[in-house]
Amino acid sequence: MKRVAIVGASLAGVRAAQELRAQGYEGDVVLIGAEAHLPYDRPPLSKAFLAGTASRASLDLLDAGDLVSLALDFRLGVRATALEPANRRLQLSDGGSVHADGVVIATGGRARTLPGFEGAHTLRTIDDAMALRAALVPGARVVIVGAGFIGAEVASTCRSLGLEVVVLEASAAPLAPVLGPELAAVCARLHTDHGTDLRCGVSVTGMDAAGVHLADGSTVPADVVVVGVGMTPVTDWLAGSGVTVGSGVHTDAGLVTELPQVVAVGDVAQFGGLRHEHWTNASEQAPVAVANLLAGRTSRTYTPSGYVWSDQYAGTLQLAGHPRPDDRLSFVDGAPTATSFVATWHRNGETVGVFALNNPKLFNRLRRQTLRRPATV
Amino acid sequence: MIRACTVEELPPGESVRISGTPAIAVFNTEDGELYAIDDTCTHQDASLADGWLEGCFVECPLHAALFDLRTGMPSCLPAKDPVRTYSVVVDRGVIYVEGVANEDAA
Repeated sequence: MKRVAIVGASLAGVRAAQELRAQGYEGDVVLIGAEAHLPYDRPPLSKAFLAGTASRASLDLLDAGDLVSLALDFRLGVRATALEPANRRLQLSDGGSVHADGVVIATGGRARTLPGFEGAHTLRTIDDAMALRAALVPGARVVIVGAGFIGAEVASTCRSLGLEVVVLEASAAPLAPVLGPELAAVCARLHTDHGTDLRCGVSVTGMDAAGVHLADGSTVPADVVVVGVGMTPVTDWLAGSGVTVGSGVHTDAGLVTELPQVVAVGDVAQFGGLRHEHWTNASEQAPVAVANLLAGRTSRTYTPSGYVWSDQYAGTLQLAGHPRPDDRLSFVDGAPTATSFVATWHRNGETVGVFALNNPKLFNRLRRQTLRRPATV
Repeated sequence: MIRACTVEELPPGESVRISGTPAIAVFNTEDGELYAIDDTCTHQDASLADGWLEGCFVECPLHAALFDLRTGMPSCLPAKDPVRTYSVVVDRGVIYVEGVANEDAA
């Protein structure tokens, strides 16, 4: 394999580049990024970077030494527009193309938007974060649609800046589909304890200069509107390539597509019917995907740890495992009303998930010592 | 020298945080080796004394950056900068840490 093209220059793509070198690959590595920026870390975009306490430089995923040692051929500000496996070629949005023997698909996703919300902010890229930060002027009334991780973190940051915040959530409680009702109530409490006006079970119909309109005919006044309703995987460029695309790029258990020379990692990779839109997943998939790419077959399989963190107000939330709504939740340390606690989910006598609020030490201990993790091959 | 704790208070596999500026984390590995490093992860504000100890590496409890206790060097993202290391001495059953970081810390 003389040249590998990595499509997507965020965490999953960077980790793939690092793994190619770590696993001894000495050929060319082309890293194609739709954004004009060198690779940067996204988690701070809703937290310290949005608050203005983390610098742009602190977000860099690669320092000067890394850039030299990895020897990457960057194509930034350019999108891949087509994958042509028959001629081992990628077409680019600038009219150019790249010949590659191996391809790592790491295109992630774009922020979902809602009809009727033209002019609202979304938060996925550093440019999004800078635009939102510029809008968060003193006195601005912020309305956030969606109380998921992004919505909650943006609300938290806006409150830390002293802004009035209303969060509108369609479901009965924030993050309820992920955490279940008891822990969703904890998340709701974090909002209300810190002065955010959280309104659940609300449906929105659109926005204009007056604010956000609700299905009941009322309007929530807003100067800044942020829509945080998830993301859409970037797969349109793969049409006609032979790679199967559903709600993501379909892969086998080793992150390999139908084409043995094409693997997928990060938010865009769909394996076992699921995608995992989280930092740790994007980071942990690279060693497996790259090993299989270099081997030309699926020699290793990937087991997601399901680790997720979120910083909301005074709370550090940590989640590991893959709990389901009908799993039994028990509190191991502290009560759900406390400022710090650890809880575990159980199914058929096994621990299948761990959740902690402000207790990283016990969280990690339980995650390592009790969490059932499917055997890797 | 800063007093950390007694040897009995730090069994193998455990860690202790010495508050101060900077805070220092002292580790006793499963092999009984003592190491001291800056307690605060260079990536974000997390206490490495709360981290997961594996061999002579500690994993940050928040975002899983891995630091080599011998050198302070991170071995994976999200950390990019090393933590400082400190010399540790044991005197009459008490663990002390040198108050000034090692010069050779990378």
